[in-house]
Amino acid sequence: MSSATMRPGASESAEPAKKRSMSAFSDRKVDSAYYWMAVPAAVLFAVFLYVPFIQGIAYSFTNSQGYGNFKWVGFKNYVALFSDGRVGSAYMFTFFIAIVITVLINVLAMFLAVALNGKIAFKNGFRAIFFVPYTLGVLVIGYVFKYIFMTPLPALGKSLHIAWLADPLITNEQYSWVPIVFLAVWQGVAYSILIYLAGLQTIDDQIYEAAAIDGVNAWQNFWKITFPLIGPFFTINLVLTMKNALGTFDQVVALTDGGPNSATETVTYLIWKGGLTGGEYAYQTSNAVLFFIVLAIIAFIQLKFFGDREKV
Amino acid sequence: MTTAMSTLSTEGSANDKPVKYHRDHNINWWLTGLIGVLSLTILVPLYFAIVTALKTPGEAGTFSLPSTWQWQNFIDAANKVNYPKAAMNSAIITLVAVALTLLTNTFVAYAVARNMDKIFFRLLYYFFIAAMFVPFPVIMLPLAKQMGSWHLDNQLGLVILYTVLGLGTNLFIVTGFIRSIPISLEEAARIDGASTWRIFWKIIFPLMGPINATLAILTALWAWNDFLMPLIVLTDQTNQTIPLAQYVFSSQFATNYPMAFSSYLMAMAPILIVYIFAQKWVVGGVMRGAVK
Repeated sequence: MSSATMRPGASESAEPAKKRSMSAFSDRKVDSAYYWMAVPAAVLFAVFLYVPFIQGIAYSFTNSQGYGNFKWVGFKNYVALFSDGRVGSAYMFTFFIAIVITVLINVLAMFLAVALNGKIAFKNGFRAIFFVPYTLGVLVIGYVFKYIFMTPLPALGKSLHIAWLADPLITNEQYSWVPIVFLAVWQGVAYSILIYLAGLQTIDDQIYEAAAIDGVNAWQNFWKITFPLIGPFFTINLVLTMKNALGTFDQVVALTDGGPNSATETVTYLIWKGGLTGGEYAYQTSNAVLFFIVLAIIAFIQLKFFGDREKV
Repeated sequence: MTTAMSTLSTEGSANDKPVKYHRDHNINWWLTGLIGVLSLTILVPLYFAIVTALKTPGEAGTFSLPSTWQWQNFIDAANKVNYPKAAMNSAIITLVAVALTLLTNTFVAYAVARNMDKIFFRLLYYFFIAAMFVPFPVIMLPLAKQMGSWHLDNQLGLVILYTVLGLGTNLFIVTGFIRSIPISLEEAARIDGASTWRIFWKIIFPLMGPINATLAILTALWAWNDFLMPLIVLTDQTNQTIPLAQYVFSSQFATNYPMAFSSYLMAMAPILIVYIFAQKWVVGGVMRGAVK
């Protein structure tokens, strides 16, 4: 984040700083090589990211199926989106699991990071183990979990007479979100632990020593010292996990395929399913544009809320 | 960061007695035990995947060891999903994407980081960073169409996308590191008449070693494990990457779960093996990317 701060001394031209203009930006001459380094990349970036983005916005006002002729239809797609029950439930489902996933990941990762930073044996070994899920492809490990949720787990539920576990959770319309959240958390915790560990290591040990002299207990230690000091890491982690959770896709493909009865369709899944295989190209493009607006608002609120609180 | 990894923090959880300043070797065995139990949530599924892959279809579904070890499953699964071809595709895409990312994204970051006091480069920085807020689903439908019409619906197209679309995040990670490199090094070279390009390749790039390792690890994990991008970009079956092959053939295993699991294991194995040998380096590298 510090990279966003100004550094006026960056000038490498030998001439001494002339009288400063009113602008915060310097007026020194830049070697043209720097332009050759950055501008072509910016053009490619625009071609592969911003152009499709703008195209998407344009397509969202048409009735295109992804091929052949199409007509402009104005805001028809957007109006239809708001009266489409399937779209509505996809958004509700996405928000629901995103919140559950974000909370679980952050609580678990915070706890594990503090523990892994504490006085435990085999510290490096445990760190290595907890990071393993991050190295695995979601889809492939998702297939492994699908089978675990379909066969050994219901068998376990039957033998222990746990009613809700006796039938596969994946095919149960009410509980099919559980495996998806489980997989997302199982994998997402790994990266968050590292972010928190990185945060914990920025804390000077002497603070804890001073606190220990004052007789501070472990609970106070965490809430009064550790947590406030790793605040920026908490913010960045919250934004990142929320962003990933809102884009949940691989987990759905691997575990439920949106089922049962469309109960586990996330927005990303619906955009892909309807847009590329369901002949709803323009319609789902408008869904994607709407999704972008929603995500931008969420990101803005998060940064505003937590960013402000941090400065206190 | 490697030194920080090994330092013992005195922050213990349930430790009320005063902490000594140095060399505190009190191990909290309760906490160790709890962490050990929690680590089973990771180890047990992996164990389950391994034993299931080595069973007969009739035996699958329990956590017991196989009565006979069915190594043949791996050969059958490899033939079924055309594993060598998919692994080759994934390996090539990953290696080329990592190489191109290291060789290009770094100098873009250098140019931006060294000229942040100019409005043009400051705007470029935001132009790249802003893309981190454009979620992939938003661009994926038009992108799939565009890649198809440019005949980039193949490995080359994927490599380009990984190199270009990673730029936003990579710039975010690398810029801070570059700004921490003292500018005096460059100024001395410049007085000796070295060009900006030469300064970058001879002085800056070698100094970026640690952060380049981070970039390489993150890019490799992304390109190797990614499913959504190959799914929408690749059209020809022979170009399939490993995750895509797993998806396409997932219905073909029917109820032969051991064979399916051999296939999953083979999909996970290459990166797991690399990780086992380089775990300290990988964990350190990813952590470095998290600190800015």
